[in-house]
Amino acid sequence: MKILIVGGGMGGTILANNLARRLAPELRSGKVQLSMLSASDKHMYQPGLLYLCLGRMTPDELYRDQASLLEPGIEFQVDPVETFELDNNRVKTKSGKTIGYDLLVIATGSRPVPEMIPGLAENAETFYTEQSALKMFKRLQQFQGGRVVIAVGVPHKCPMAPLEITFMLHDYFKDRGIRDKVQLHYTYPIGRVHSLENVAKWATPEFERLGITYETLFNMKEVDGKNQVLKSEEGTEAKYDLLITIPAHKGMEVIEKNGLGAGGFIPTDKTKLTMEKRPNVYVIGDTTNIPISKAGSTVHYQAETLGENIAAIVKLGAPVREHDGKVFCFIECGKDRATYAMFNYTTPPDPKPPTRAVHWFKVAYNKLYWASARGLL
Amino acid sequence: MAEKIVVDARGSFCPGPLMELIARLKFAQVGDELEVLSTDKGSASDIPEWLNKVGHQLLGTREEAGVFHIALKKTK
Repeated sequence: MKILIVGGGMGGTILANNLARRLAPELRSGKVQLSMLSASDKHMYQPGLLYLCLGRMTPDELYRDQASLLEPGIEFQVDPVETFELDNNRVKTKSGKTIGYDLLVIATGSRPVPEMIPGLAENAETFYTEQSALKMFKRLQQFQGGRVVIAVGVPHKCPMAPLEITFMLHDYFKDRGIRDKVQLHYTYPIGRVHSLENVAKWATPEFERLGITYETLFNMKEVDGKNQVLKSEEGTEAKYDLLITIPAHKGMEVIEKNGLGAGGFIPTDKTKLTMEKRPNVYVIGDTTNIPISKAGSTVHYQAETLGENIAAIVKLGAPVREHDGKVFCFIECGKDRATYAMFNYTTPPDPKPPTRAVHWFKVAYNKLYWASARGLL
Repeated sequence: MAEKIVVDARGSFCPGPLMELIARLKFAQVGDELEVLSTDKGSASDIPEWLNKVGHQLLGTREEAGVFHIALKKTK
């Protein structure tokens, strides 16, 4: 059986390593071939960008060589897919190769698209790429006071990031001794300060306690850079001196170009993790259209379910588990305290008050991630 | 005739039905009709309120076996 994983991010990597362990005898005997195609020879720890923009991590801490993270037995090639020929169970790559498969896993991820909002790319800071996070770091260092507006596009990856960056900015300015010269104004697309109701119930009084103002039902429409005004779809305006945004995301261009899903997000069965009408094609992580957080934790648990199921297909002839939608997200609540939200498709989260212990666990996880990617944690 | 798009947000805590709708509207065409399926009672009032504020057309809401169906048209 030929198993092909397209995408070398967190989901693809955890899944590949999980399968390499479960299917070690089959890989040795040649009964199974396990291949991965990726667009890069590097693997980025994306959650580290939140720290990079505040000068609390450095770029070198965010990367490992992708090949160094993979178990022996995984055939890894840096050769991104350009064409998916799903009717013929094959893909064509940038280098011109045609690669067939019996089971395909698409885990190509998502990308921020600030250009969807006029004026955003030119006038706002963000931290969703290394380059933009470094730019934001320098801008923050120069900032001496004024109104900081935080705005959020939809959909976006890491749903905790809007709250986290706001709380962390509060501490950042406090540490610099200029918090009293900075107005922090948080905006959010729906009618509360976070999509998770219990997280919103906890965060709202925190904002009030810290003097952070907020405006809900605010969806970015355009940025008037000349007058430093952010306009919303709802008809309101937010004046800023420094605009920090989490831009809306799309799936990868190759998914859109191949017509696999609107916005680059592939219609996916939320318990089987199969692509709609394609029983031998699986989709995980940000690439799916499942109504669940686009987050590393989401794809971590999906990869574990899928690893178990694909191994069972090889060994037993059928999958053995339905995915339950588990997510575990840390929530940094400043520079030295954090909490977490854990939930699944049926049970909402109930976040506890932030503690230093959870923050240090998160800091430790920033290092332990590489064990997660290797499928060890 | 414009395409009818179903936004199945049943059981979605995060990002939740309204965020799912906002995301899906970005990739829809003006004139498209959408139907949001939600198990969250709050959606039955939150989504019409947001549609009214932004200016998309609410076509109707109904509840069936614990699922709220909110139909709308993208108007701009």
